[in-house]
Amino acid sequence: MLQVISVLLENKPGALMRVTGLLTQRGYNIESLTVARTLDPELSRMTIAVDVDDNTRPQVIKQMNKLINVLQATDLTDVPAVIRELVLVRIRMPQETRTAVLKEAEIFGGRVVDSSTEGFAIEVTGAPEKLNEFIDVMGSYGEIEVTRSGSLAIGLENKKLRLQPPIATLGAVNNRPVREKTNA
Amino acid sequence: MSTSMNDPKLTNDHKLTSGAKLMSGAKMLLECLVREGVDCMFGYPGGVTLPFYDVLYDHPIRHVLVRHEENAAFAAGGYARATGKVGVCCATSGPGATNLTTGLVDAMMDSIPIVALTGQVSTKLIGSDAFQEADTFGITRSCTKHNYMVKRFEDLAQIVHEAFYLANSGRPGPVLVDIPKDVFQAQGHYQPVTSIHLPGYKVFTEGHTGQIRRAAQLIQESERPLVYAGGGVLASDATAELREFVEKTDIPAVITLMGLGALSSNHPNFISMPGMHGSYAANIALTNCDLLIALGTRFDDRVTGRLAAFAPHAKVIHVDIDPAEIGKNRTPEVPIVGDVKRVLVKLNQLLAEKPEAPVEGRLHNARHEWWRQIREWKEQHPLRTSSSETEIKPQHLMAEIDRLSGGHAIVTSDVGQHQMWAAQFIRFNEPRLWLNSGGLGSMGFGLPAAIGAQFARPDKLVFSLVGDGGFQMSIPELATIASHGLPIKIVIMNNGYLGMVRQWQTLFYNDRLSSVELDCFPDAAKLAGAYGFKGRTIDKPWELGPALEEAVNEPGPYLLNVKVTPLENVYPMVPAGGAISEMVLGPPQPVAETAVR
Repeated sequence: MLQVISVLLENKPGALMRVTGLLTQRGYNIESLTVARTLDPELSRMTIAVDVDDNTRPQVIKQMNKLINVLQATDLTDVPAVIRELVLVRIRMPQETRTAVLKEAEIFGGRVVDSSTEGFAIEVTGAPEKLNEFIDVMGSYGEIEVTRSGSLAIGLENKKLRLQPPIATLGAVNNRPVREKTNA
Repeated sequence: MSTSMNDPKLTNDHKLTSGAKLMSGAKMLLECLVREGVDCMFGYPGGVTLPFYDVLYDHPIRHVLVRHEENAAFAAGGYARATGKVGVCCATSGPGATNLTTGLVDAMMDSIPIVALTGQVSTKLIGSDAFQEADTFGITRSCTKHNYMVKRFEDLAQIVHEAFYLANSGRPGPVLVDIPKDVFQAQGHYQPVTSIHLPGYKVFTEGHTGQIRRAAQLIQESERPLVYAGGGVLASDATAELREFVEKTDIPAVITLMGLGALSSNHPNFISMPGMHGSYAANIALTNCDLLIALGTRFDDRVTGRLAAFAPHAKVIHVDIDPAEIGKNRTPEVPIVGDVKRVLVKLNQLLAEKPEAPVEGRLHNARHEWWRQIREWKEQHPLRTSSSETEIKPQHLMAEIDRLSGGHAIVTSDVGQHQMWAAQFIRFNEPRLWLNSGGLGSMGFGLPAAIGAQFARPDKLVFSLVGDGGFQMSIPELATIASHGLPIKIVIMNNGYLGMVRQWQTLFYNDRLSSVELDCFPDAAKLAGAYGFKGRTIDKPWELGPALEEAVNEPGPYLLNVKVTPLENVYPMVPAGGAISEMVLGPPQPVAETAVR
């Protein structure tokens, strides 16, 4: 099963590359990745689905948390979280199965977003495994074309977000900023 | 207009331009550097950095023109390693920037604070395959602690100050700022930067009080404690606190390659360097200790050998400022995320509060026995200097450098056999004397690092101890040394081979010596003479002492080419992937028996 990592990061050029770079440099393939602005337009929320073994994952997440542009990286694999994905399916099938396809789509909570004589375009949201089933079912009725959004996740536990407050520099950082001398 | 920029000398009271004032981006960058206390930088100009070099022309900041950009980064690293201040290097776009990368990764691996400034093609040309364009921002992403591209002139000052702050706070490291030519040329007002806000940059300096208390408890209860200290002690300027700690507790200490000098090599509690080429006593002490106090160190594979067999009987206290280092290779019983200095101050206070507890009765005897054991191991297999009537032994060379240094000279090295022998035999009685490329192990580091160190510490005797391989990687810097008359003593340990690779081919590849012989080494006297300073080649043991003295007494640079026994191997040696208790002590003996209690 894939693991899900949720990352809150600054909405800046290169920030995405820094996060994904930590996975690619270790040779892990990213299965899916979604990223979009948060309520605060200066921040983005990223959800990564990836297959990283349990021993390596904590280290990768620590390294993500070390990135200057990352405010918080959280492993949502084994904690309460809601994980959802959107799939868009275009299906072409014979006239006689139209009703059956619509019924099936209804079972999965799907919504028809386009209809033509050839078939439908249907959108469905749900847990990624449910969507796999939906795609299989649709495939049994005819020729399909599929686009998936990748997992989106939200943790259900309250995680305190610790942020670094601004640092006054008095006009110059002067080479050794935080390490004022403690008496030796 | 303020005239302060034309001030002939740079002093602490160097008057800074204040308030809003129209200036170019290039001048603004310079203003930021002055405010950061930069007095010296290493670089190489080029097309897109022309505006910056123009304002440097009559500015008191000293710009040292190196002969290759890689060496600018190494020299900045040498400067930073010798002082703890941020080293600054500068290169142009494209090839200039790509040449910096080895020095950046070197600084990254060893947690060395440097700020690299690179020029970039104008913003409107970025992405058009313009002349000397390279994706510096992308290329250096994984070579740096953080990097920036300044797309807007208005962000320049803020970014430069952030870069300095990032480089030398928390776990230090290299930060690169890529500046397009039009940003250098734009005109605007300098607003002093009064605040830095990096919400995601969390630095944990203090250390958890409860964990420090647990650490103190474990230290007082342990029978066979051992300090394992690394470069973090130097980075956090904690040598005084470390000394106080080992003296108060009388705990023996092994100091890693990166930490040498953190505890004086003359200190009675100093055992030696541990690891692949560490001493028998250090490695066996690690194997037998019951409490390992790891300070500012990262359980590197060259120290631990096979992890499962590393300090197998020990509980571990791990103090490091980088949370990602804690538990990376070894899960500690007491993790402490914090600045080593601050944690040691607290630990020392806690230990002082309970003066009655530490050693008495059974514990006292156990500690006494532990020390007796360590002394015995030291005597059983000391690091023995070897000598010969006819050839110069490499160990003999190190002993002679040690004699002239007396534990007080700066010694820079490349990577390989000479580096290991130097670490074994040369004493470092102060911090920041031993400058070597530890994590990355980059050849060619020694010579440019010595340049940086000599500019940083003009008062110090600087030996650039290099191999005949590494030396030839940075040979162009002889011109930089000559140009500034830097009194660096370049000592080449010349065995005619890429010695360490040759040693592995001998030991593990049936002595099939493949592409490791370095022939056609230049004549040292002629080579140095061509640059206008003195040089000499020696190969007889009796010449060594006098030749080194001559080098040290020479007021300018000196190039001493020392031909040593070609096929000498570094011992002890832990074969890759082996347990550190199973070291090969030397050619005649097979495998040392593990001393298990």
